[in-house]
Amino acid sequence: MTTTADTAGVDEFSGYAHPDKLVSTQWVADHLQDEDVVVLESNEDTLLYSTGHIPGAVKIDWHTELNDPVTRDFIGPEEFARVVGSKGITRDTTVVFYGDKSNWWAAYALWVFTLYGHPDTRLMNGGRDKWIAEGRETTRDVPQVSPAEYPVTERDDTTERASRDDVMGHFGKPLIDVRSPLEYTGETTHMEGYPQEGTLRGGHIPTAASVPWAKAANEDGTFKSREELEQIYTVDAGLGESDDVVAYCRIGERSSHTWFVLRHLLGYERVRNYDGSWTEWGNSVRLPIAVGEDRGELPR
Amino acid sequence: MTTTALPETLRGIIEDFQSVPDPEKLELLLEFSDELPALPERYAGHEDEMEQVIECQSPLFLAVELHDAQDRDPRSPGAGPASPDSIVRLFISAPPEAPTSRGFASVLAQGLDGLSAETILAVPEDLSSRLGLQKALTPLRLRGMSAMLGRIKRNIADQLAGQPAG
Repeated sequence: MTTTADTAGVDEFSGYAHPDKLVSTQWVADHLQDEDVVVLESNEDTLLYSTGHIPGAVKIDWHTELNDPVTRDFIGPEEFARVVGSKGITRDTTVVFYGDKSNWWAAYALWVFTLYGHPDTRLMNGGRDKWIAEGRETTRDVPQVSPAEYPVTERDDTTERASRDDVMGHFGKPLIDVRSPLEYTGETTHMEGYPQEGTLRGGHIPTAASVPWAKAANEDGTFKSREELEQIYTVDAGLGESDDVVAYCRIGERSSHTWFVLRHLLGYERVRNYDGSWTEWGNSVRLPIAVGEDRGELPR
Repeated sequence: MTTTALPETLRGIIEDFQSVPDPEKLELLLEFSDELPALPERYAGHEDEMEQVIECQSPLFLAVELHDAQDRDPRSPGAGPASPDSIVRLFISAPPEAPTSRGFASVLAQGLDGLSAETILAVPEDLSSRLGLQKALTPLRLRGMSAMLGRIKRNIADQLAGQPAG
């Protein structure tokens, strides 16, 4: 069967800026056999894939496969080519990501693929929960994958990714803090239920607007409509027509979800995910911090 | 690393984990996850009466009963008081969509259920690292398991001290 997924989901998702970045569960069901489509499951709980997954879907583990085991960074170009090729993905493959928790970790994996410039990446709207809620088939059978040749490509750390220094140079332009309200004010240094990923100081990067990531998702894990998202980000958070936004959270995964929303659903031209996030900022010496509900003063 | 101080069942589980390569360790954990026993009737649907392990990323509840030497639960008539020799019965509930937490819960349930209160209190704190899962799982996950063990121990200690559990 041949397909190009050019028109996938255009009707359903036509309200979004880049409708080709989303596919529906039905689209995935219809294209499971396509040779030029690989479906990757990326979860927070690494065992979840093994308990049952979309037939034919391949697991990708953000912790053991995408992160460098020593340095706090993503894997390098050679390793990325090896990992991705081992999943049967070529540079021409349409890669569809889905996962648990409203696609939180799926968005993270998609963002890492974006850093390496993979041309065609998409999210399955609603993720794993929606697939299961619809009573669709799952299996424990792990597909036999024929490794593919994936070229070694350089990672672009400037277009969609921000470093600590980038954030220092970004002051005066919009920052979005996607953590929970208590993390933003500084009352806690971790999110509820995740007590061990703390930092020495609580609070937020001065001037950052607080928009917890889950605001972008509906109860069923799908994304809210374009209009709802515009109200949340463009109006309430005050992004307006900005051409340069940075989003962050605690380690950069929740903010990948927001990065996806801003970049592809609302179409902001330049959005960078600061993956060092609060575990870097809140532990760094002499960086400016604001506490409480106010966004705080612009650092001098 | 010595495992001689460990209760026999638990030592066997740890040896099973240590004897297989990393990818198979996760498969083993999944098997444990699948084997977590369902809650008995007196707890099923009553998770609010159990102790929540808030350190875990998913809703996980446990109940610890100290039975007397005849394995009589403390509510049954004639049951003896809690003592270091009490037989500990563990009941843990974890959702299927949290298989890693379920796997840990099942390791603890299988490794500790039926042992004496005294024996469980002596189980080393670094149990989670002895399973050798440090590479496969994030530190956060491993700490979740430590927290589970810590809560079981504190629950037992509280009951021995005559305080209400939880």
